[in-house]
Amino acid sequence: MSRIVGIDLGTTNSLVAYVDEKTGLPRVIPDRDGQVLLPSIVSFAGEGVLVGAAAKRQLVRRPEATVYSVKRLMGRGYDDVKDELPYLPFAVAPAEGIVKIQIGSREITPPEVSAIVLKSLKERAEAHFGEPIEKAVVTVPAYFNDSQRQATKDAGRIAGLDVVRIVNEPTAASLAYGLQRIREGLIAVYDLGGGTFDISILKVKDGIFEVLATNGNTHLGGDDFDRAIVLWLLEDIRARHQVDLTDDAEAMQELRLAAEAAKIRLSADERTSLTIPFDRFTYRRDITRAELEQLIDKLVASTLTPCRMALADAGLAPSDLDEVVLVGGSTRVPLVRRRVQELFGKTPHSQLNPDEVVALGAAVQAHILAGGITDMLLLDVTPLSLGIETLGGIVSVLIPRNTTIPTNAREMFTTSVDGQRVVDMHVVQGERELAKDCRSLARFELSGIDPMPAGMPKIEVVFLIDANGILNVTATEQRSGKAAAIEVKPTYGLSEADVERMVEDSFTYAEADVEARLLIETRNEADTVITHVERALTQGRRLIGEEEQRTIDAALAALKDARGRTDRDRIREATTAMNQATEHLAELMMDAALKGALASRRADEIMER
Amino acid sequence: MDHFEVFGLPRRLAVDGAELQRKFYELSRLGHPDFHQSASPERQAEILEASARLNAAYRALRDPIARIEYLVRLEEGRETREGATVKPKAPPELLEEMFEIQEALQEAKSGGLDAAARETLGAQRERLQARYEHEESRLRGPLTEAWDAAAPAGRAAALTAFKESLATRAYLRTVVDDIDEALGSSREGYVAHRRH
Repeated sequence: MSRIVGIDLGTTNSLVAYVDEKTGLPRVIPDRDGQVLLPSIVSFAGEGVLVGAAAKRQLVRRPEATVYSVKRLMGRGYDDVKDELPYLPFAVAPAEGIVKIQIGSREITPPEVSAIVLKSLKERAEAHFGEPIEKAVVTVPAYFNDSQRQATKDAGRIAGLDVVRIVNEPTAASLAYGLQRIREGLIAVYDLGGGTFDISILKVKDGIFEVLATNGNTHLGGDDFDRAIVLWLLEDIRARHQVDLTDDAEAMQELRLAAEAAKIRLSADERTSLTIPFDRFTYRRDITRAELEQLIDKLVASTLTPCRMALADAGLAPSDLDEVVLVGGSTRVPLVRRRVQELFGKTPHSQLNPDEVVALGAAVQAHILAGGITDMLLLDVTPLSLGIETLGGIVSVLIPRNTTIPTNAREMFTTSVDGQRVVDMHVVQGERELAKDCRSLARFELSGIDPMPAGMPKIEVVFLIDANGILNVTATEQRSGKAAAIEVKPTYGLSEADVERMVEDSFTYAEADVEARLLIETRNEADTVITHVERALTQGRRLIGEEEQRTIDAALAALKDARGRTDRDRIREATTAMNQATEHLAELMMDAALKGALASRRADEIMER
Repeated sequence: MDHFEVFGLPRRLAVDGAELQRKFYELSRLGHPDFHQSASPERQAEILEASARLNAAYRALRDPIARIEYLVRLEEGRETREGATVKPKAPPELLEEMFEIQEALQEAKSGGLDAAARETLGAQRERLQARYEHEESRLRGPLTEAWDAAAPAGRAAALTAFKESLATRAYLRTVVDDIDEALGSSREGYVAHRRH
C-alpha cells in the first residue's frame, strides 16, 4: 500500500504528519526552513499565487487579494456568512449556492483556496520522502456537516490528493493521546481552534476509541477572540484619536494581527503593550489579561453549552469522565483552561502540543488505513441528525445524531399522482423540527419511474453515511429491482463537473514555472524589507551617524536594483546585506521605542493616581 | 438478518450490556472498513454494508428501551427504521390535566406567562417527568420480564402492553420537552435528545 499522510487543514495553520515506521510514533514534517505550521493563507496578489508565510506577509499589503480563515467559508452559502463579511478584507460575491470569493475579476471557491494549502503540504511531504504522495487523511471539525466535509474532500481532489478518509479533529487528537498517554477510560476532548469549536466524549477500551457523543460550533474560535479585541481597539482609537479605521482594510489587518499577537502574549503575561505605527499616527495601548478576559468571557462561556449537551447525549455527568484533553491553539488561553476545569472538575491534559496533536492523530489514522496499526480502531459518530422533508415542511429523522458510522437507513418512496415519473426528496441535517431551520444538504430527483397508478411504485432509498461522515444515496425500484436514476443537486456544494474543471485548472497552474513562483516570493520578501527600512529611516535617521546612513542608503539602492532583476540569488543576497546594514539602527529604534513605552506607562500610572 | 441475529442472540430482551459491548468491539475489529482498505471495490461495498448493519444493531440493542422499540417493529414485520414507531398517546388519567397544560403552552407561545402560571407549569412538568420515569421503569422491569417469560401464545398480549406503554412514554416526553421550551430551560428550538 502506498504511503498515506495525515493532514490537519486548520483555520489558522495547517500541518502534515506521518507515522515513523521505526518508532511507531507520529511526527510532523517541517518545511525547508524548519517551520512546522503552514499559515492557512493564500494570496493572489501579483502574478502568482502565494501560500503560507509568504502569503501572510501580503495580509497588510494586499488585504483585498489575500484570503485567510477560508475554513469558515467551506461548504457554506452567501447567506450563512454575510454577517461576518464586513470583517473580511476580501470580497464575497452575493450569489446563490456556494460562497464565491472575488479577487479582481476572478471568482474562486473556498475548496480551491484550501486546495492550494493542501498542495503546499503535499509538496512538503514529497520533498521529505523523495517520492510522490497521493493519499491523505484530512481532518475536519467533528461538527462539520455533510457539505463542509464534501467541500474538504473536493479540496483534496483539486490538490491532486485522494482523501482516503475524513477524520474528526477531536477524535484524531484522542488517537494521538491514546497511542502515548491514555489507554482506557471515558475522555472528553475539548477542541477550540482558530475558527471552530468541538467537544467529543469517547470511551477508550482495548484499543477501541468509541465516540459516544459530539457537539460543537463550526463558527467559534480564536478568530472571534481577535475580533472582540479589534472592536474594542477601534472604539479606543475613535475616542483617543478621533479616527474611524473600520473602512481602512490595511489598518484593519494591522489591528487584527496586533490583536492576535497581544492575545497570544497574554497567555503568558498579565499585561502587554501594543504599538501600531499607522500613517497618520502611532497607536499605543496597554492591555491586561483581565481586560482580555472580560472581552472574551461570553465567547468562552458559549462553548460550555455544547459540552453539556454532549454529556447529556452520552448519558454522562461531568464527574463520570476520567480525563479531559485540550486541543487547538485557543486552549492556551488561561480563561479557557479555567472554564474547562470548572465544568469538568479536573485538570485537563495538554502534554501534546495543542497545535500539532490533530495532525499527529491524522497520521495515526492514516497508518491504521495503510495496515501499519491493527490494534487500534476509531468508531466515530455522525454529529447531526439526518432527515428528509415531509409534508408541511416537517423533518422526518432517518439517522439520529451521534449514531456510530458507517450507518444507513432505508425509506420507501412512492408516487402521489397517476403516471408520475419523477419523485423529489429534500435531505436536510440538523436538530430542528422544521426543514427550513435545518441545513439543506441536497435535493434528489428519482426519475425513470414506469408510469403506474399513484402509490403503486415502490422505490427503496438507502441513505448511507460512510466512515467519513459523508452521505451516499442509492435508490432501487422494488418491482423491477432496477436502480433508479438519482440526480443530486447539492445546495452548498460543487457539482462533479465543477470539481473536474478545477482539477484540470490546478494541473495547468501546477505546470507554471516553480522558479517564477520562487522569484515572486523572494521579491515580496525584498519589498517588505524595503518598506520597513524606508519607514525606519524617516523615523530614525537622526539616531545614526552620517557614515552609517550612507551604508544603509547604498544597501537600499542595491536591493532596489536587484529587486528589478530576475536573479533570485542576487535579490536574496541584497536582502541579507540590507538586514545586516540596518541591524544597529533597528536596535537603537527598539531602545527608543521601549523607553517611549515606559515613559507613557509611567504617565498613565500618574494619571490614574 | 435481524439485529439479534447479528450478535447471535435469541429474540429476548434480557441482554448483558457488557457482553454486548465486548461482542460489538470484537465484530468491529473483524469487519470495520478501516481494516479492509485494499479489498476489491465490490468487497469494500459489502464490508461497508455489513459494518453499517452492525452499528445499527448495536445502537438498537444496547439501550433497554430502544431494544423494546426494535422488538415491536420486528414482531410486527415493519420496515427497519429508527424514529417514530408509535404514535404518542396521552394516558387517560391525565387527559384533564393535559388540557390545562396545552392551554398554558398556547399562552406561552402567544405572549408569555406570568410568574404564577410559570410556577404551576413547572410543578406540572415535574409530575409528568416522574410519570415518564415510572413508564420507563415499567418497560425495563415488569414488561420486559413478561415478554421474556411469555409462551408463544402470550406474546401478542405482551406486545400490546409494550405499545401502549411506549405511546404513553413518547407522549410524556413531547409534553415535557414542550414545557421546557416554553419555560426557556432548553435552547430555543433545539429538540431535546429523545433517548431511546
